[in-house]
Amino acid sequence: MEALWLSMKLAACVAAILLAIGMPVAYWLAYSNWRGKFLLESLVALPLVLPPTVLGFYALVAMGPRGPLGKLWIALFGHGLAFTFSGLILASVLYSFPFAVQPLVASFEGVDRRLLDASAVLGAGSSRTFCRVILPLSLPGVVTAAVLSFAHTLGEFGVVLMVGGNLAGVTRTVSIDIYDRVQSLEYGEANRMALVLLTISFSVLCVVYAVNRRVWTPWPAK
Amino acid sequence: MTVGETNWRKWFRIFPLIISVFLAQHEVRAQGQEIRIAAAADLKFAMNELAEKFEKQSGTKVNVTYGSSGNFFSQMQNGAPFDLFFSADIEYPRRLEAMGLAEPGTLYEYAVGRIAIWTPADSKVDVTKQGWKTLLDASVEKLAIANPEHAPYGRAAIAALQNAGIYESVKSKLVYGENISQAAQFVQSGNAQAGIVAMSLAVSPAMHDGNRWEIPAEMHAAIEQGAIVLKDAKNKEAARAFLEFVKNSTGRAILTKYGFAFPEKTRKEEKR
Repeated sequence: MEALWLSMKLAACVAAILLAIGMPVAYWLAYSNWRGKFLLESLVALPLVLPPTVLGFYALVAMGPRGPLGKLWIALFGHGLAFTFSGLILASVLYSFPFAVQPLVASFEGVDRRLLDASAVLGAGSSRTFCRVILPLSLPGVVTAAVLSFAHTLGEFGVVLMVGGNLAGVTRTVSIDIYDRVQSLEYGEANRMALVLLTISFSVLCVVYAVNRRVWTPWPAK
Repeated sequence: MTVGETNWRKWFRIFPLIISVFLAQHEVRAQGQEIRIAAAADLKFAMNELAEKFEKQSGTKVNVTYGSSGNFFSQMQNGAPFDLFFSADIEYPRRLEAMGLAEPGTLYEYAVGRIAIWTPADSKVDVTKQGWKTLLDASVEKLAIANPEHAPYGRAAIAALQNAGIYESVKSKLVYGENISQAAQFVQSGNAQAGIVAMSLAVSPAMHDGNRWEIPAEMHAAIEQGAIVLKDAKNKEAARAFLEFVKNSTGRAILTKYGFAFPEKTRKEEKR
């Protein structure tokens, strides 16, 4: 149960951070006219196609005392990044990045341009337009982004296995715990945890699809 | 879009054909002399050499998969297609035999594993002189070992730390690798400053640049390593031949070279 709680904590932190970083990135991706935009789009989508081993391996090397990130972290905090909760958050933010940014971009792009023009004509600046027009209209996208990055982090395994070091209460997430139990042949316990994770993941995805189908609004989508 | 559609249909028609070509190739290979070995991660370097020598000698192709013994054990219970299993813990093949999943009488204790404290070349402490004291040094913030819950090398490391009387002092420094190979990798990448790894990895070319101190064998229960031929082996004769090769002098010389020791009783078996 400690592992499950840790995973939830990690997923919540990552989802919050991803919303904060994801919004400006998604805003720029949705509205910029720069020709080289495809470069950033590809970069954002990269974790979707890269195996966790690649991300995990680079993260492990980068976080080490000889890596750029590790050097910076040691200079700032006096200890390494690998085997810490902060290290896991960092790796998970990278790993779940597209799961937050892509739904945001899609919903920002879906906002009717005429409304943005109208807002501008009425004298609203871009930040005011964002808060009063774009954000309310993209709410399903924001919920999707938050929930997907939460769920994806909850189910993360490979990257955590490679940089976590399996410390109880610090880096032993629920997926690692299940793996350990299968390895130790405690199939009953593994099954119990796996079922809990399955139930949570299913419920979380139900929320995403329900929001997108507008099940809870008085005006259901066609 | 009609062009695209017809293209797709064409591909769908060709697809089964391509698949069958691949399958046919696979069949041909399986019919040729080939054995598939599941080997514990600590055997990585020794097994590569064993396989190479055996291939030259017998013409049988050897395919080795490395991983954690416990994981292989779970997979084999569910019908993983291996001919031979080299476990870091003899308990697993023993249980496979008891479950009727292995060829009776093929269980063989091929080696006894040794462990060593390993530090990278740029370590501030000289492990070859300091021994156990290395781990107490302030510069060692993290100590990597294999997960004691399911890796025999991890259990041996914990036992040795306890017998050395420093377990309580270093407990907070411990980080767990999924297997002994990952524990080594944590130290090599610099994320941990010392590790208790298999001697077989410490002497390997990949880790030769670091320093090591061999932990005395009496500090922990013997890491008995066992191999067995599986019941569902496609190629039992070749698998038995490989096991014989590991038992003979060439095989044993290679294992010795990579830091493995031998149990007393196999010496007796040899005379038999």
